[in-house]
Amino acid sequence: MHFGLSGDEWQAVRLSLDVAARSVFVSLIPAVAVAWILVRCRFPGRTLLDALVLLPMVVPPVVVGWGLLMLFGVRGPIGAPLNDWFGVRLVFTTEGAALATAVMSFPLIVRSVRLSLENVDLGLEAAARTLGAGPIDRFFTITLPLMSPGILAGAVTAFAAGLGEFGAVITFASNIPGETQTLPLAIYSATQSPGGEATAGRLALVSFTLAISGLLLAELIARRMHLLLGRG
Amino acid sequence: MLEVALRHQFGAQGFSLEIAFSAPDVGVTALFGPSGCGKSTILAAVAGLLRPQEGRIRLDDAVLLDTARRIFVAPERRRCAVVFQEARLFPHLSVETNLRYGLRRAPRDAEGPGFDEVVALLGIAPLLARRPSLLSGGERQRVALGRALLARPRLLLMDEPLASLDTARRGEVLPFLARLRDAARIPILYVTHALDEVDALANRLVLIEAGRVLADGPVEELAARTDLPLAARRDAGSLIACTIVAHDASRGLTRLGFAGGAFLVPLRSEAPGTTARIRLRARDLAVATEEPRGISTQNILSATLLDISDATTAHEVFLRLKVGPTAMLARVTRDSVARLGLVPGMALWAVVKAVTFDHAGAQPGEAHSAEATALGSLAVDG
Repeated sequence: MHFGLSGDEWQAVRLSLDVAARSVFVSLIPAVAVAWILVRCRFPGRTLLDALVLLPMVVPPVVVGWGLLMLFGVRGPIGAPLNDWFGVRLVFTTEGAALATAVMSFPLIVRSVRLSLENVDLGLEAAARTLGAGPIDRFFTITLPLMSPGILAGAVTAFAAGLGEFGAVITFASNIPGETQTLPLAIYSATQSPGGEATAGRLALVSFTLAISGLLLAELIARRMHLLLGRG
Repeated sequence: MLEVALRHQFGAQGFSLEIAFSAPDVGVTALFGPSGCGKSTILAAVAGLLRPQEGRIRLDDAVLLDTARRIFVAPERRRCAVVFQEARLFPHLSVETNLRYGLRRAPRDAEGPGFDEVVALLGIAPLLARRPSLLSGGERQRVALGRALLARPRLLLMDEPLASLDTARRGEVLPFLARLRDAARIPILYVTHALDEVDALANRLVLIEAGRVLADGPVEELAARTDLPLAARRDAGSLIACTIVAHDASRGLTRLGFAGGAFLVPLRSEAPGTTARIRLRARDLAVATEEPRGISTQNILSATLLDISDATTAHEVFLRLKVGPTAMLARVTRDSVARLGLVPGMALWAVVKAVTFDHAGAQPGEAHSAEATALGSLAVDG
């Protein structure tokens, strides 16, 4: 079953799935932590952090990619030590593509988690407190389960969006087939080469299908979870 | 023994709270007052959910709060379980897991009723596998009571646990509260603005108004005082501890004995021998200087007039009567006092219609559920 896709085209699809999955894996826990801080903590600079988190949504993706290149490039302030001490190079690698995608989808997860956390009744946590549950206990037994619909929906949305990340990936990780050439990059390359219309069309269809399934799945999860939590 | 002394000011010009009271080792101490008088704030401070600016809270030999010594025990270590107005069950957990939440976190050596015992006490066995969202309001509140009791607390705090329920549901939950009170051998602090709950449950009463304690003492004692805002209520009157003596089903009457006499009241459901606390409203009691004859009234008691005090309305007074050792209040017009020439020390006849006991404050009357029927009156005083 190859749905009429060639080997190279399949490679782009697989790579996209791989990069999107890794990006979600990397950004999920920090996103939950940041959402928690933004909702529950009051400190000077909170508005700044809020703006910083949303930045990738409003700045052109190419600029995000350029920023990553400056920071994580082999001579960048973070990239240089990573390369010299650990031999880790992010630019022009699959890991780099995943990092760029993670940065871009980070605000999506934070937003979704934040919304669900704002809906968690503080009274329930107070009740847990009077029943003897300490802060960590409360977080894992009450807060986390109650915000899990938002976490799951955020992760799925970020995954679906991550499949299509273009600007930041091509700027930071370049367009290397089998390495960093994800679906949108493959489509772009196909449209740039003579006779690539058929490939572009097929990949565009795959891309469209994946995105739609992702969004539907996110919706479905959110609904099931709400039912489970008795908020039907 | 719970000892509480608090001072807290909300905002510069805002509401200020300054109270002190104590609650005995067992039994229900009711914090009673109008909404906004600060009673829920007091409860939150005892639970540790609110940090007062100044105060000291001591439970037996454990200091929970002492601002002077900078002691503040976190709520999760106070072992003061709270039953909130809205049950606050955890929506993602089953009823059983909710019930076990506090139990799992209670210290190993903590004493208290076991899981099965509490489930039976509250009649919630059929609900164990359900989700809280599928319970009725009354069922939710019963589960919340069980969850609090199972946390093996040293103190139970109840913040208007019946206020969010309609009359029928309240009637359903109240008897369980009475059972829980008798099963829990710990002090219970009960916040309410419903006098019938005080009548049915409380041993001691702390009257609160605008952040201050107005009066504090046994419920019967405060109910009989005419100088408190309680006396201005329509249902002002005395609380009388009674025992069911006998039922006469053919006449539809029950005989209620009290120290100094007996009342005939419409048939009640409790077994003979059970005790019940009856609210005798001052407006339902009339007096006569001669023993009335040819009158439908069932209860005509020989009484002595102790004193006459002002009622809240200009043309009325309270008469304090003594029937044997039991004190009762009657509310009459000044005109009647003048007409009958009433003076303290006079021998009188106190006249009470049997049907006036129908309201009986806390009695369910037509029982709303099988459990309520089985338990009989809500005012049953174990």
